[in-house]
Amino acid sequence: MKKKKEEAKETTASFDEAMSGLHEGRYILRLFITGTTTKSVLALTNLKKICEEYLEGRYELEVIDLYQNPGLAKDEQIIAAPTLIKKLPLPFRRIIGDMSDIEKVLMGLEIKKL
Amino acid sequence: MKKAEQALSRATLQKSPTGIQGFDEITAGGLPAGRPTLVCGSAGCGKTLFGIEFLVRGATLYNEPGVFMSFEETNDELIKNVASLGFDLEDLIKHKKIALDHVHIERSEIEETGEYDLEGLFIRLGYAIDSIGAKRVVLDTIESLFAGLPNQLILRAELRRLFRWLKEKEVTAIITGERGEETLTRQGLEEYVSDCVIMLDHRVTEQTSTRRLRVIKYRGSLHGTNEYPFLIDETGFSVLPVTSLGLEHKVSNERISSGITELDKMLEGKGYYRGSTVLVSGTAGVGKTSLAAHFAEAACKRGERVLYFCFEESPSQLMRNMRSIGINLEPWVHKGLLQFHATRPTFYGLEMHLAVTHKAVNAYKPEIVIMDPINTFILGDTENEVKSMLMRIVDFLKGNQITALFTSLTSSESALESSDVGISSLIDTWLLLRDIELNGERNRGMYVLKSRGMANSNQIREFILTDTGVKLREVYAGANGVLTGSARIAQEAHENAGLLRQKQDIERKRRELERKRKVMEARVAALHAEFKSQESEALKNLEAEQEIIRLQKRNKMEMAANRKSVTEKRKTKKHTKP
Repeated sequence: MKKKKEEAKETTASFDEAMSGLHEGRYILRLFITGTTTKSVLALTNLKKICEEYLEGRYELEVIDLYQNPGLAKDEQIIAAPTLIKKLPLPFRRIIGDMSDIEKVLMGLEIKKL
Repeated sequence: MKKAEQALSRATLQKSPTGIQGFDEITAGGLPAGRPTLVCGSAGCGKTLFGIEFLVRGATLYNEPGVFMSFEETNDELIKNVASLGFDLEDLIKHKKIALDHVHIERSEIEETGEYDLEGLFIRLGYAIDSIGAKRVVLDTIESLFAGLPNQLILRAELRRLFRWLKEKEVTAIITGERGEETLTRQGLEEYVSDCVIMLDHRVTEQTSTRRLRVIKYRGSLHGTNEYPFLIDETGFSVLPVTSLGLEHKVSNERISSGITELDKMLEGKGYYRGSTVLVSGTAGVGKTSLAAHFAEAACKRGERVLYFCFEESPSQLMRNMRSIGINLEPWVHKGLLQFHATRPTFYGLEMHLAVTHKAVNAYKPEIVIMDPINTFILGDTENEVKSMLMRIVDFLKGNQITALFTSLTSSESALESSDVGISSLIDTWLLLRDIELNGERNRGMYVLKSRGMANSNQIREFILTDTGVKLREVYAGANGVLTGSARIAQEAHENAGLLRQKQDIERKRRELERKRKVMEARVAALHAEFKSQESEALKNLEAEQEIIRLQKRNKMEMAANRKSVTEKRKTKKHTKP
């Protein structure tokens, strides 16, 4: 019995550790764009700028063109384009638009301004 | 000429049949093909169902696959909800006939950071359409987007683009929308979807609810403009184009028995016309239902199908009661020739009754429909509405060559002939049952008030319920007026007594004659005997006299012989001598 409890404690602890680590560091982001529309291009450049500035070295950005992967729109519940999905750290967020309002992007990504 | 016609037919609007019962008749073919249609209405009026049925019928009947994009219900919920209507969505999805896509928008997850569009939605929809080759699309209800995305300007522009895009895709689309305060839809979708607008409504009057459908707008097509009642039941949607009926039904010369021989005799000896409408009216307890049951039984015996709507009794009660007058309806129910439909008139509104009648008749396809009684409808509704409803029922039944028998209860205070919901003009044959109160008795009388197209009897018959059914007797009409019941029986007894007396008289006379004959014969016998004795006497005398004559003759001869011998001698002497 005791052993089990200890084990459980250990796993939760390690999970917490991992989570907090992610919180601090790793951002997993997915940007869904629609080809090379102005909005898509703008969103990509804006986002890259923000990431370089605030999340340097601790983010993973995957850019997906919906025209090439139309099935993903359903799976990821995409309506608007462009859409940025913040998978991690939790909570899950959707940031839509061309990312020109940096304040709002940061708010969505939950990054405190330096 | 032909070319011009062809060009015209190409120019007219192509329609996409919905497969929804009755709807395609109202719209003369269905929804505008390749265009979006707005279906609006308040909560719970059946918008989603309309859309689902449009897709399911399209997939199953017209081989047109469809996409259902839901903004409210999840796919699982949707599948479960429509399973109760007999639609197997899972199977259709498996066979790539239908694609479901649930769009989930969580306002709290979304952050707007600048310009955007709804291209994602377009891609999703386009992908779903292309994956099954869809011809039909339902968006239910796209207004939910307004709750999820705060930027109205972008949204409205994108919606306009979406509907244009749907037209370009040449899919027949249904967009549902919640009814707004002053506009048809809350977000004014009618601004974008303007080809065809259908409004669904769910109204409650006098505690009974009725669903109604109205085609508000249909560009480039004729359509019925009325409010049509519709119902949703285990087989889906059905709309009734009832008010569009005319007076053009065919008539039949065939006659069918009323089930009572004496009544048939009153109607030229042949009974009712097939396809006619018969009304049996009368006060309480005069035997209206019995008359109806007779008619039903006779029809079943002929092998015809009967649909019996009872609004006051349960089928089992009715069957039990009819058994007491020797009509057993149960075997016919088991054989499938007789079907009962028992509902309280107040259970739902008139339109709903009409809809239910329609549906039941279309499903069962009877030759005969009985409604017992019709006037209970007046309870909740005005007479005018009842009349219009009955007119539509009568028209519908006549159009299908169905013989209808209605019973109607008249209150004893009001005039018998005027109280029948004013429907007498709709009725072909009207039988009136009334009670005749006389000599402390209440007896039933029946007569044919009218019967179109036949020389009906003008006589009042006494209507008697016996163990073997209804019997009609001629009433005694004499110097003392009309006699019924025991008075009639007394009169009959009186007549019988007279008859008996006459019979006895004749018998007596016959006996007298017989006696006289016997006397005569006795006399003849006596004379005969006398004559015989005299005759034999006479004969005896005659014989005796003859004997005497014979004896005398003999004596004479003997004497002569003796004499001869003497004379001969003499003669011989003489002979020898010469």
